[in-house]
Amino acid sequence: MIFVGHVMAIARKDLLAEWRNRESFTAMFYFAFLVLFLFNFALGADQALIRGASSGLLWLAFTFTSVLGLGRSVQGELENDCLEGLLLYPTQREAIYLGKLLGNFSVILVVELVILPLFAILYNMDLWSQIPKLLLIAVPGTLGFAAAGTLLSSMTAGLRAREAMLPFLLFPLTIPLILSAVKGTEVVLRGEPFELAMPWVKLIAAFDVVFLVTSLLTFEYLVEE
Amino acid sequence: MIGRGAERVLGLLAAFGLLIGLYIGFVYAPPDAVQGEVQRIMYLHVPLILVSYLAFFVVFVMSILYLLRRQERHDAIAHSSAEIGVLFTALAIAAGSIWGRPTWGTWWTWDARLTTTTILLLIFIGYLMLRTLVDDPSRGATFSAVLGIFGFLDIPIIHMSVVWWRTLHQPPSVLRPGPSTVAPDMQVALYTNLAAFVVLYGYFLVKRLRLEEARCELNRLRMEGVE
Repeated sequence: MIFVGHVMAIARKDLLAEWRNRESFTAMFYFAFLVLFLFNFALGADQALIRGASSGLLWLAFTFTSVLGLGRSVQGELENDCLEGLLLYPTQREAIYLGKLLGNFSVILVVELVILPLFAILYNMDLWSQIPKLLLIAVPGTLGFAAAGTLLSSMTAGLRAREAMLPFLLFPLTIPLILSAVKGTEVVLRGEPFELAMPWVKLIAAFDVVFLVTSLLTFEYLVEE
Repeated sequence: MIGRGAERVLGLLAAFGLLIGLYIGFVYAPPDAVQGEVQRIMYLHVPLILVSYLAFFVVFVMSILYLLRRQERHDAIAHSSAEIGVLFTALAIAAGSIWGRPTWGTWWTWDARLTTTTILLLIFIGYLMLRTLVDDPSRGATFSAVLGIFGFLDIPIIHMSVVWWRTLHQPPSVLRPGPSTVAPDMQVALYTNLAAFVVLYGYFLVKRLRLEEARCELNRLRMEGVE
């Protein structure tokens, strides 16, 4: 239980800092909005085309936006040697990873929840009744993306080309996740029975388990010394 | 590390094996019943891709060993193996593309295994890029080790997702359960080339490690010179 308390404390710290300046959230939200807005010009006004591409569009907006937030989250720790302070915190390294993950996951999920209705309005889609089903895909999908992103951003944080390196490493590794989320969302948006999306949800779950366990096992090596 | 003599033997063996492989592939093996002469690309394509899987498996094992034992040797092997793996994967994709043009009618297609292999290539190109960007060698080695482990563990998930997504590639003919579907003469040609490429991989690896040693030595001498 103490471990859970430590995780929550670290996540709370991140979310509180985010709540006070809302820098990441504003940047992510505005960026996602711009991406959705620009898609309109890429696809034209063809409703059928937009419907067909919508789940892909949505997830591209989510992933691009997430990368922005993930990079900022760990960058904040590098300023004023915050990371050293965090590492001195008397807890296991795993708690630090999970705390950061929870913080990242929450911020990304909130942005997604704001973007979804916006997407529905901009592209005139009826999403409201599908929201619970969409969440069944978006929550594990976002968790996996945040899990991989939290780990990789702790590697790329100190690098010269960090803005470029994070997506270079993150996107290829998360392709199975993005692909599954897009396919699952497609099933939901077409109004087909959710059983058809289940294989994709299971694949997302497999990705989440593999990445969470491996991250927990390797995170301590990344932040030591 | 192996000695200079053994290294030379390995090099000669690789050269000899590749020559025999070329002969068997071009002369001994019959042309394919359906595809004709163009099928001979298989003797290059299949060994390349199988050896690159081997190379990435070596990266995976050496990465785990490095994290556990912190010996530079393991990191050097992982790094070298990743470089060779990227080279071989890129060549396999190029050879496959040349093979695909006359048989599938296209240079490129979003087929399952083709896509998986390309994703694998992207992951390990990222791996090599990361190495060049981290200034502190021991941190770079640690980061790479973690990435090497993730890259390898990701392969089955990538494969599953992409297979469900689409499939056009002919089913595996060598790495699969049950009797092989390849004609005996072709099998001989295929396995000869495979053996030659495994030896070539070993030779490249040894050479690459020698280079790494020389680089460390140079750094050490420079430091002494400064003092």
